[in-house]
Amino acid sequence: MENMVNVYFYGKKYSVPADLTIMTAMEYAGYTLKRGCGCRHGFCGACATIYRIKGKNELKTCLACQTQVVEGMCVASIPFFPTDKKLYDINDIEAKRQIMMELYPEIYSCIGCNACTKACTQDLNVMQYIAYAQRGEFEKCAEASFDCVGCGCCTVRCPAGISHPHVALLARRLVGKYIAPESKHLANRVDEINSGAYDELIEAIMQKPIAEMQELYNTRDIEK
Amino acid sequence: MFTPEMLQSIKKVEATREARMGTEPRRMTAEEKSELLKAYHPDYRADGFAEIKIGPNKGEKVPAELGHLLHSNSRILNANIDLNKVDYDVDVLVIGGGGAGASAAIEAHEAGANVMIVTKLRIGDANTMMAEGGIQAADKENDSPVQHYLDAFGGGHFAARPELLRRLVMEAPDAIQWLNKLGVMFDKDADGNMVTTHGGGTSRKRMHACKDYSGAEIMRTLRDEVINRQIPVVEFTSAVELIKDDKGQVAGAVLLNMETDDYMVAKAKTVIIATGGAGRLHYQNFPTSNHYGATADGLVLGYRAGAPLLYQDTIQYHPTGVAYPAQIFGALVTEKVRSIGAMLVNVDGEAFMHPLETRDVSAASIIRECSDRGKGVPTPTGFGIWLDTPMIEQLHGEGTIEKRIPAMLRMYLNYGIDMRKVPILIYPTLHYQNGGLEIGGDGFTKAIDNLLVAGEAVGGIHGRNRLMGNSLLDIIVFGRNAGKAAAAKAKQVELGAMTLEHINDYAKELQKAGIESNDVSPLLLPKYARHER
Repeated sequence: MENMVNVYFYGKKYSVPADLTIMTAMEYAGYTLKRGCGCRHGFCGACATIYRIKGKNELKTCLACQTQVVEGMCVASIPFFPTDKKLYDINDIEAKRQIMMELYPEIYSCIGCNACTKACTQDLNVMQYIAYAQRGEFEKCAEASFDCVGCGCCTVRCPAGISHPHVALLARRLVGKYIAPESKHLANRVDEINSGAYDELIEAIMQKPIAEMQELYNTRDIEK
Repeated sequence: MFTPEMLQSIKKVEATREARMGTEPRRMTAEEKSELLKAYHPDYRADGFAEIKIGPNKGEKVPAELGHLLHSNSRILNANIDLNKVDYDVDVLVIGGGGAGASAAIEAHEAGANVMIVTKLRIGDANTMMAEGGIQAADKENDSPVQHYLDAFGGGHFAARPELLRRLVMEAPDAIQWLNKLGVMFDKDADGNMVTTHGGGTSRKRMHACKDYSGAEIMRTLRDEVINRQIPVVEFTSAVELIKDDKGQVAGAVLLNMETDDYMVAKAKTVIIATGGAGRLHYQNFPTSNHYGATADGLVLGYRAGAPLLYQDTIQYHPTGVAYPAQIFGALVTEKVRSIGAMLVNVDGEAFMHPLETRDVSAASIIRECSDRGKGVPTPTGFGIWLDTPMIEQLHGEGTIEKRIPAMLRMYLNYGIDMRKVPILIYPTLHYQNGGLEIGGDGFTKAIDNLLVAGEAVGGIHGRNRLMGNSLLDIIVFGRNAGKAAAAKAKQVELGAMTLEHINDYAKELQKAGIESNDVSPLLLPKYARHER
């Protein structure tokens, strides 16, 4: 007999094998998932989930695909949560503190409750990266938020109405585009290609007979 | 967390680590690789395949599960859909909301077209989001697009379509620059040089990365850009058939609202199929690294409309899927783990192969080690091979794993396994569809001249095997190209009367071939729900 545990999906009791994740346990219980299921491997944030263990007060947040079931888990999924994503043209904005004030002024209403950090399914220091955003320290904000999967559990719990993943994404785009140093070798290579420097060479290799390509491939030098 | 047998084997791995550190296992010769693949790669298992009975690829080999879908009935065969009631009317219809679809939509929008995305889950619920290791581009001094071409052509067994591969490698640096200008945060040093590494089968270090969230960083940036541009994205809506017109052109698609089960009609001057891969069909019962919606829908509806497939019989099994623990069985362990130094080691602690052979060769070698050679580590679901991750910290210093592969560290720590201290168990997982719908160098299908395909749904870009980092690249290069080409083409297209007659014709073909099926396709979602009765 498999080791089973009792869990509650939206308050309804099911007995499921103990080695399943919340997501696979729901499928075991007979659910066909449409919302609340995306990559199934912890990268897309589709399966934001909230639960309490029966009899305990603490409210927990997690990704259903990355969390094993335990006895007494009382689960509700959060397949969608309205967030406040501001529209902007990345080419028309500047990497200055002002932009956060314009687009996401609510971050300055943060009351420091740290509920966002406690809710983070990736164990990020969310309140800290919001503090970096407030101060216009975009690189630090980008670094601290980099592993965000956008599940939105932070946003669900925020009393100030902040949509943290959108703030972080703005910071990262500003860093990627404006703050990180330019790659000269990349710009050079794009220019070379555009000027036709490789046209003849690529044409030549495309025309080579397979036997010659095999020889070239099998004897090519490999960078150490 | 580990079983006693595993713990015993770990001791052997630890005992040989010091001696292995300074060595590089020999790479296989071309003959050795060829023999290995024939004997152990799943593509060579005859019982995993069926014959296509009708349509342009009639008589060719196809994975049995995909063959079944090609031989199933249309979902709307008897649905009586009124094509005169048009719900959406656009220049460019993009089917699929992954990296290829988003790139296509952005470029079509940039070109001034009225473009719309439909996607059966959310925008970004796609294999792009899960690509961990990186994206190739020959942008370093010691490298060139020609070298990139040679690596990819050889790695794909000399079967790539030259005109497609040419586009892939020649437009790669521009793709990286485009992403960078959109704000994608690539790993760079203080001077702005891209931090690049090897992937299996590369001869130059040209793998660009965003830690091990490379695809996620690209996808979330593209998604943000799509939203900023206010491109309509109709989520939880799948395309179930293409609509054609009386001139043989494609004219849109019949859509299905996944939540209400209502059908809708989208009319379009050009259509881009960007529906991605097929991992959730679980070929040969393999687990998969793919996202929930990877069910080859685009291949089915494209084929039904008359577009041929190419290399539909070649599948990529990623050598390093999770073998243990069960909760993450089949999940991807990025190739970057090997790029930065981890060796593949068997139950006795022996490094039995070079860690950076191409993916097909690596997968076959691991399968051989676990089967005929009997050197696999037993797990509750089968066997696994060690990926000796503690080597990474010994080679590059403490903290390297957290900095370079944080997603991997987090995934295993969830289950009490600290890959900085202990090796991890892997086994091949169904990862990528090398084949797909056939396109020409301009991105259009050859059969229907206003139908385009981009991303994993395309066949022929990589040949019969794909190198790490060339898929994130292909979705960007071919997605962008498709968007531009579709926008330009839409200006010339004059649609005739819309029709679904090709669906009836296809049904008649099935009947003539003696095929009766009670199933419908495209599949849309895998059937994972367990029902006791």
